Amino acid sequence: MAKHPTPLLDQLESGPWPSFVSDIKQEADHRHANPDGVEYQIPVDVCDDLLGILEMSYVDGETHWKHGGIVGVFGYGGGVIGRYCDQPEMFPGVAHFHTVRVAQPSGKYYTAEYLRALMDLWDFRGSGLTNMHGATGDLVWLGTTTPQLEEIFHTLTHDLNTDLGGSGSNLRTPADCLGQSRCEYACYDVAALCYHMTIEYQDELHRPAFPYKFKFKFDGCPNGCVASIARSDFSVIGTWKDDIRIDQDAVAAYVNGEFAPNAGAHSSRDWGKFDIVKEVVDLCPTGCMSYDGSKLNIDNKECYRCMHCINTMPRALKIGAETGASIFVGAKAPILDGAQMGSLLVPFVPVQGDYEEVTEVVENLWDWWMEEGKNRERIGETIRRMGFQKMLEVTNIKADARHVQEPRTNPYIFWKEEDVEGGWQRDVNEFRKRHQR
Amino acid sequence: MATVEFKGKSFEIDEDGFLQRFEDWSPEWVEYVQESEGIKEMSDEHQKVLDFLQDYYKKNGIAPMVRILSKVTGFKLKHIYELFPSGPGKGACKMAGLPKPTGCV
Repeated sequence: MAKHPTPLLDQLESGPWPSFVSDIKQEADHRHANPDGVEYQIPVDVCDDLLGILEMSYVDGETHWKHGGIVGVFGYGGGVIGRYCDQPEMFPGVAHFHTVRVAQPSGKYYTAEYLRALMDLWDFRGSGLTNMHGATGDLVWLGTTTPQLEEIFHTLTHDLNTDLGGSGSNLRTPADCLGQSRCEYACYDVAALCYHMTIEYQDELHRPAFPYKFKFKFDGCPNGCVASIARSDFSVIGTWKDDIRIDQDAVAAYVNGEFAPNAGAHSSRDWGKFDIVKEVVDLCPTGCMSYDGSKLNIDNKECYRCMHCINTMPRALKIGAETGASIFVGAKAPILDGAQMGSLLVPFVPVQGDYEEVTEVVENLWDWWMEEGKNRERIGETIRRMGFQKMLEVTNIKADARHVQEPRTNPYIFWKEEDVEGGWQRDVNEFRKRHQR
Repeated sequence: MATVEFKGKSFEIDEDGFLQRFEDWSPEWVEYVQESEGIKEMSDEHQKVLDFLQDYYKKNGIAPMVRILSKVTGFKLKHIYELFPSGPGKGACKMAGLPKPTGCV
């Protein structure tokens, strides 16, 4: 029996898409029935009260969570998002409703056994509600009380060998695409690099020491399945240096209709017979491809590696053999000075061994930004304020045509004094000897 | 808002145990919070952090960035966590009576 009437939310139980309302109601019923005899550590009716306060928000068109909340576990400066409802008498079940960020495995591969163990803990000490997963990647536990936080953390670390994720002005939980686990486009072992960087920088993740948040994301190729170029301050995107590998027999199989273009991604509509010239050659952004009726040719030195031809004919075209990644820096959401996507900093970096080439860039950037970044200034904003040139200097990277989409159009060009003959110290009297007032 | 009474003083606090008014701070407040912040005994180093936070807040109206706290006190972040297990924000700022940290925490 529902504790609060929820006529508005009830409407969201109809329709074909999985209903979050039906799911929460199911969990509410499960907690009341308690078939496993769990000694619930937070109110049994937490789910009912969550629905109740959500219904109230639907009616009012306003949120009913108080501002902010600072809770956590000893030793860490983040990982838990504290939250209190602003109607605790009416909805005591969600008077405390803190969110716990749990570090997720790269690529989000799980075993049932592991997830069951996590859920046993969360049923016992939390609301039973989750977010699988937060946008940054964390496995998110939604709703518990302050006294449970250390208890949860103890079991999580001691029995489940799992840590918290990041929150606050620090390195947030890194995330990656599925990479080489099941994608033939992946140019490096995305999961391995993501895991390595997460472990390497645990201190930076758990103890806020930065001017503001900082995110890593790792994409195996320019398709950007984890959207690193838009959602991470430090984005590593796989690419290759040598030629695209062409299997001409497979090209012929696409042309004669044996293989479906884009692996059948457009099969729900009749787009006509595959036309390699129209759908691949003519769509190539650099126009570096040609097809003579039997053979596909690519002028690789003009190729941008945009992935279009490979995406269209995955069985005929493969990424090169000399693979690595590009590094982009500075993506952020609009606040404060406008949205940014990552800007290319390192065109090609090998991704191998102990990843020294990647970590060196990270640490140089941090050394600079931690010193120069203003309070709550994302690195993308620091770059805008201090200049891309400054970032190149601190990372010891030589300026390169690939660092710009186009050269500047204004002439407000700064020079270093040492690069100008005679320097900046000039005597006006010397000038006056040649130019009368 | 809850009110706590301790050694004859009364403090108004929020759910997270932060003082509602900086002016209400007194040495008894530190004594009161100490245990819940996992601190057995207050040392001169603890005091140095609290003093700096209070001075900085009085002068600038905000809490200092972590980097500045480290620089001025000479304590690395790691040491600050040794002193204040829940960190400079939840631990030290709370004890110093500063307002609760805000933003995307």
